[in-house]
Amino acid sequence: MKVFQVVLFIFLIVCAISVSFSKNLLNSIIIFMSYSLIMSIIWILLESPDLAITEAAVGAGITSILFFVTLKKIHAIVAVEHDEEKAGHHRHDRKGGAK
Amino acid sequence: MSRLLSEQEYRKTKAFKVKRWYRGDKDPYIGRVELRPQKPFEEDVNTQKKRIHDEAILQRNIYDIEHNRKLMMFSKFYKVISVLFVFTLIGILLYMVSYLPPVGNAANPDNNEVATKYIEDAMKDTGAVNIVTGMILDYRAFDTLGESNVLFIATCTVLILLRVDSRSKKKEEEENDRLYEPKNDIILQKVAFFLVPMIIIFGIYVILNGHLSPGGGFSGGAIIGSGLILYVNAFGFKKIERFFTQKTYKWICFVALLFYCLAKTYSFYCGAHHLETGIPLGTPGDILSSGLILPLNICVGMVVACTMYAFYAMFRKGGF
Repeated sequence: MKVFQVVLFIFLIVCAISVSFSKNLLNSIIIFMSYSLIMSIIWILLESPDLAITEAAVGAGITSILFFVTLKKIHAIVAVEHDEEKAGHHRHDRKGGAK
Repeated sequence: MSRLLSEQEYRKTKAFKVKRWYRGDKDPYIGRVELRPQKPFEEDVNTQKKRIHDEAILQRNIYDIEHNRKLMMFSKFYKVISVLFVFTLIGILLYMVSYLPPVGNAANPDNNEVATKYIEDAMKDTGAVNIVTGMILDYRAFDTLGESNVLFIATCTVLILLRVDSRSKKKEEEENDRLYEPKNDIILQKVAFFLVPMIIIFGIYVILNGHLSPGGGFSGGAIIGSGLILYVNAFGFKKIERFFTQKTYKWICFVALLFYCLAKTYSFYCGAHHLETGIPLGTPGDILSSGLILPLNICVGMVVACTMYAFYAMFRKGGF
């Protein structure tokens, strides 16, 4: 169990650092989501299941969804099929990426 | 309206004025304040030339770092000082950490009579098997009331920032991407069809068992809220408006917060003597036990679920 915990902590630190160093906003949100998931497992190992449930629901679920919606609002995520509808549009060759 | 007064006299009374102000029939500024429509910004050629000239001078004399010795010195000084400041701060903090008591030591100051009292007496005092819920909804229930109100105020703030006015909706429709929704993705709809009821039932379970097992109002409400968000994503806003509109949100939040307020501030009205509620605590372990904790859990859960869904709806389409 000790080894498992250490592995989780290493994952947590790697996630926390790579969130801030990722150039792609979409990637950093997904890494942030995995950070919350690892954190909720760690909460269970630290014997506080109350916090684990809340972390999984709020941190991994709702916060990330709100981030995704915000990215879509500011046109940082461009849908692929959106491009096909507007062929010849200037966003033509950018797909699914974020600036 | 009183029949004794004529219509003319009634119009002069305070009650009529208050009613008119409340309904918003009359704008108090119209006819009293001179209203001038705002002019579009215009700049004639001379001022424009002058502005460009001034900017060029500014750029040359002040922001030209390579030739402005003073600025160059300052920027170097600033960098060195900021690094020094940060390292000093880190040093002070690390030095203070060495004074902290070791983790898990029995003689630590946090291991005092408060924690002992909670662990020993919580079940007897509150009737809740889950001591954490007993603490946040009985001993510290007033804090939780503040938290629920914070959530409600946060929704109001998001509403102010992101609300789309129904009059200006037409204009935005062209660039708004949510008009193509629901996309009727068959995989998402089939999965949501099975998952949404289970998620919502699990949320209800977490709320109702808040005093028996891990969980409680906040986590259960968040789970229900994410279930609602999944439903909206799969089936679109038209479907969810059959049972969840702005009116539903308003009423649920209003009733839940009001009930919470009345249930937890009664001791203020009674002169802060801690009067007994008279609700029996029941046998610990039953669903219907531990007095007020179960209804308060339900209230918090409903407020949180509505808030989570309201955030999503307002981020998505600027309204419910």
